[in-house]
Amino acid sequence: MAASNYGKYESDGSRLGGLLEWVDARFPLTSMWKEHLSEYYAPKNFNFWYFFGSLALLVLVLQIVTGIFLTMHYKPDTTLNSAGVPVAFAAVEYIMRDVPWGWLIRYIHSTGASAFFVVVYLHMFRGLLYGSHRKPRELIWIFGVLIYLCLMAEAFLGYLLPWGQMSLWGAQVIVNLFSAIPLIGNDLTIWIRGDYVVGDSTLNRFFALHVVAVPLVLIGLIVAHILALHEVGSNNPDGVEIKKKKDERGIPLDGIPFHPYYTVKDVVGVVVFLFVFSIIVFFAPEGAGYFLEYNNFIPADPLKTPPHIAPVWYFTPYYSILRANTVNFFWVDAKLWGVIFMGIGVLIFFFLPWLDRSPVKSIRYRGPLYKIALAIFVVSFFILGYLGILPPTDGRTLVAQICTVLYFLFFLLMPVYTSLDKCKPEPDRVT
Amino acid sequence: MSSEHEVSDARRRLLVATAAAGGVATVATVVPFVASFAPSERAKAAGAPVEVDISKLGPGEMVVAEWRGKPVWIVHRSKEMLASLTKVADKVSDPKSNRPNQPDYAKNDTRSIKPEYLVVVGICTHLGCSPTEKFKSGAESGIDADWLGGFICPCHGSTFDLAGRVYKNKPAPDNLEVPPHMYLSDGRILIGEDKKGA
Repeated sequence: MAASNYGKYESDGSRLGGLLEWVDARFPLTSMWKEHLSEYYAPKNFNFWYFFGSLALLVLVLQIVTGIFLTMHYKPDTTLNSAGVPVAFAAVEYIMRDVPWGWLIRYIHSTGASAFFVVVYLHMFRGLLYGSHRKPRELIWIFGVLIYLCLMAEAFLGYLLPWGQMSLWGAQVIVNLFSAIPLIGNDLTIWIRGDYVVGDSTLNRFFALHVVAVPLVLIGLIVAHILALHEVGSNNPDGVEIKKKKDERGIPLDGIPFHPYYTVKDVVGVVVFLFVFSIIVFFAPEGAGYFLEYNNFIPADPLKTPPHIAPVWYFTPYYSILRANTVNFFWVDAKLWGVIFMGIGVLIFFFLPWLDRSPVKSIRYRGPLYKIALAIFVVSFFILGYLGILPPTDGRTLVAQICTVLYFLFFLLMPVYTSLDKCKPEPDRVT
Repeated sequence: MSSEHEVSDARRRLLVATAAAGGVATVATVVPFVASFAPSERAKAAGAPVEVDISKLGPGEMVVAEWRGKPVWIVHRSKEMLASLTKVADKVSDPKSNRPNQPDYAKNDTRSIKPEYLVVVGICTHLGCSPTEKFKSGAESGIDADWLGGFICPCHGSTFDLAGRVYKNKPAPDNLEVPPHMYLSDGRILIGEDKKGA
């Protein structure tokens, strides 16, 4: 796939052609365009589920652009201003009320965070449906999980910045998760916060990580994700490799150039997405308290925890897993078990390509066991997510414990049920 | 092509040594950046002791002071409140305060210097939320019918008795921390420093 396999552009004599020839002699413009767009052959049978990768890129651009503009007015400072309000909290209110169109930029950014997770969860689910994590796409999947981890970090770091009650107490709880680690735990949390409490140092470093460090890593990982994808080629709803059947020019029989075919298709997705996104931004930017929690409109108060704290919806499944651990066993505190299970709950996605032993990739040809397992997994994930929003009671904790077990069994039993499953034969070519 | 040339062992050693020296320097350069994350001198200095006037605190009342950015509760326990401590002793996970969450002078049945005054850091030992006071006993507390008064953490439901002792089978692993403190006089208490000067 070396770029040098492509010929350089030769001018047709026009002024623009001359310019392109000049650039092409110095930079692999034409070859990159061909490799990743006009001569990147994607399977012709992409369906609805294939919108979400390009939509994730769109949301990334939205977040970066709105984020840059927000930093022009925001101040990461916990000291109280003359009105007795923390400067950071007041800066967000200033953006909302006094900066021209600031409310729009801020609401696009805050709604964009939730949209990012909606799109990414659907993108990941597509992988589970059609076996996009399977050989030879293991690295694409691993880069994807790393992107997911970065996104979680980015969302968590960004949530501290408005310096409201949920910002402070959410960060307090999550940073304190590290205190469960034996021996070094307490020193580690102090090192993360830069103080004995979540305070000004914490806010400043979270700001730096949120606007500079994590986005840089995120962009690098996304480039790696796409390069790895373009190296092996896209999977498709049938889960068969289109590169096995090529025409005499070496082009997959079932492949079509990404540009213009899928760029045009994706534009349709973008338009529909922006429709829905705009409706939320303009009419329900707080998402009924799920996108922006009501308690976060109260300035951070280190002496008083709000009566009910819950993370933003995209973290609630993992928060439920954390809370579901209430029993000390093997001489380990329930607190540490909660942290361990929550961590494994996310990291276990890395192993999916090797846990899955099915002879076929797509759900279209998988047997009933995988379909049932996936359905149970999705239902458990939703129930865990729902319980994570609610305050804990004994009954809810029991349900969360059952769903946590089901969540992990989806992964741990996968080698068994995917081997036993009665799969249908895969077709030779896409249908 | 390189197989035709002889590899100079001396030059190869020099190359390895140079790479190793560069590697050590790179790792050493990381140290200041990692260390810069630790609390600054200003943050370390901010932990000054706090003086609180408790002369007007009636039985059953609580006052919250701020010490090192954390809430410190001072509760004037009534006779019934003190009596509840022995009743719940078999329901809390560390009734004798054997785990080191208090100075030695508070390692007793009431976890305090003077039995009637409870002084604890109001930060849950689970994940650092600040529990809510639930001093009313029985069903009125909204917890359960045999509740004898104490605190409940809004985050993960850990419950504590009126000595800050955690109930069994709750997410919080430890009793609430008793900060170093001392009485300057009957009605004045100093939080953050005790007679040992800690």
